[in-house]
Amino acid sequence: MLNSIVALLGNGAGGGGGSYESIATVTGTGSSATITFSSIPSTYTSLQVRILGRTTSAQTNVAMYITYNSSTSGYANHQLGGDGATASTNVDISGSSMIIYNAVTGASATSGMMGVGIIDIHDYASTTRNKTFRAMSGNDRNGSGEIWLTSGFLNNTAALSSITLSLGGYNWATTSVVSLYGIKGA
Amino acid sequence: MATTYEPIATSTVAVAAASITFSSIPATYTDLKLVVSGGTTLGGYAYLQFNSDTGSNYSTTRLDGDGAGAASARTTSATFIRTSSALTTTANLTNIDIFSYAGSTFKTTLSNTAADDNGSGRVTPVVGLWRSTSAITSLVFTSTNTFATGTTATLYGIKNA
Repeated sequence: MLNSIVALLGNGAGGGGGSYESIATVTGTGSSATITFSSIPSTYTSLQVRILGRTTSAQTNVAMYITYNSSTSGYANHQLGGDGATASTNVDISGSSMIIYNAVTGASATSGMMGVGIIDIHDYASTTRNKTFRAMSGNDRNGSGEIWLTSGFLNNTAALSSITLSLGGYNWATTSVVSLYGIKGA
Repeated sequence: MATTYEPIATSTVAVAAASITFSSIPATYTDLKLVVSGGTTLGGYAYLQFNSDTGSNYSTTRLDGDGAGAASARTTSATFIRTSSALTTTANLTNIDIFSYAGSTFKTTLSNTAADDNGSGRVTPVVGLWRSTSAITSLVFTSTNTFATGTTATLYGIKNA
C-alpha cells in the first residue's frame, strides 16, 4: 500500500466568510505518493482544488491521477494541450482515474520550478447526477513545458466525499501544496 | 479569521493607458488572481511583470485557438510573461492565477485570455514562469498598444487553510 498524506475534515472546517471557503490544505512530505482529502462536507455547491506540485523523482514532469471516493473505474477524460511547438488532443475512455498530464515538475527540473493546476468540480454532492470535472494545468521550465486543459467524467452518481491525487508512484516533494476550497451557491 | 477570497484592489482605466499597476501587495494570501476585462485600442497582446523586474527572467508555454486551428508556442528567457495572442478592440477577458506568490519557489502563473469579436478572436491558455524566489509585492499588466478607457482590473487574494 502506498503511503498517503490524508487530510481528515470535520464538519464546517475551513476559513473565512463568504461563498468561497478554504476547506483543507496538505503539504508534500517527500515520502508519500498520494494526497487525499477525506470526509469532504456536502454543504458546498462546487469544489476547487489548487495544486502547486513537484515530485522527488528524477523526472522533468509527471502526470497526476485523481480518483474520487476511492473509485477506480468509470472515468473518461479529454485533454487539449500544447508543448510550446504543437497543439495536441487526447482521450481516455473507461479509465481508472482522471488524468492530468505533466502538471507536476520533477527533480530533474531546475530547483524552484513547480507545476500548477486548478480543478473545478461542480455539483459534487449530487446523488442523482454523474460527476463532471474540468482542469487547467501546466508547467513551464524556461525552454520546455506544457499547458493542458482537461475535462473529466465519472460515471457515478454518489456524492463525492473524498479526493485522492496520486503521482503514479512518485512522491510529492515538500515544496508541494494542495488546497481544497468549497464554493457555496446562493 | 481572514477571508478566503477577497478583492485587494481594483483599477479602472479612466484614460487609455498602456499599463495597469498594483503595488504594495500584502504577503498574507496564498495565491493571487488578476481579472482584467476590456478592450485595447488596436489589437496587440498583453503581458505581466513582477517587482519591476525587466530582466530576462520570464518564460511561457501557451496554447492558442483562433477558430480555425490550434497552435502552441513558447517564450524563453523573456523579459515578461506574455498572457495573450492578438487582443480585440472590443472585449477581452483575462484571468491570471499566480501561485504561492509570497513563497520560496519560483513563481508560476496560469492564465486564460478570451478575446472574441464576432467573427474573429482567440482563446489563449498560458502557463508562465518568473524565475525568482522573491515574494511578489507589485505587478504591472501591460498592453503592447493601450488599454481602452473603461478597462477594469481587479486583484484578488486567495488564502488557504
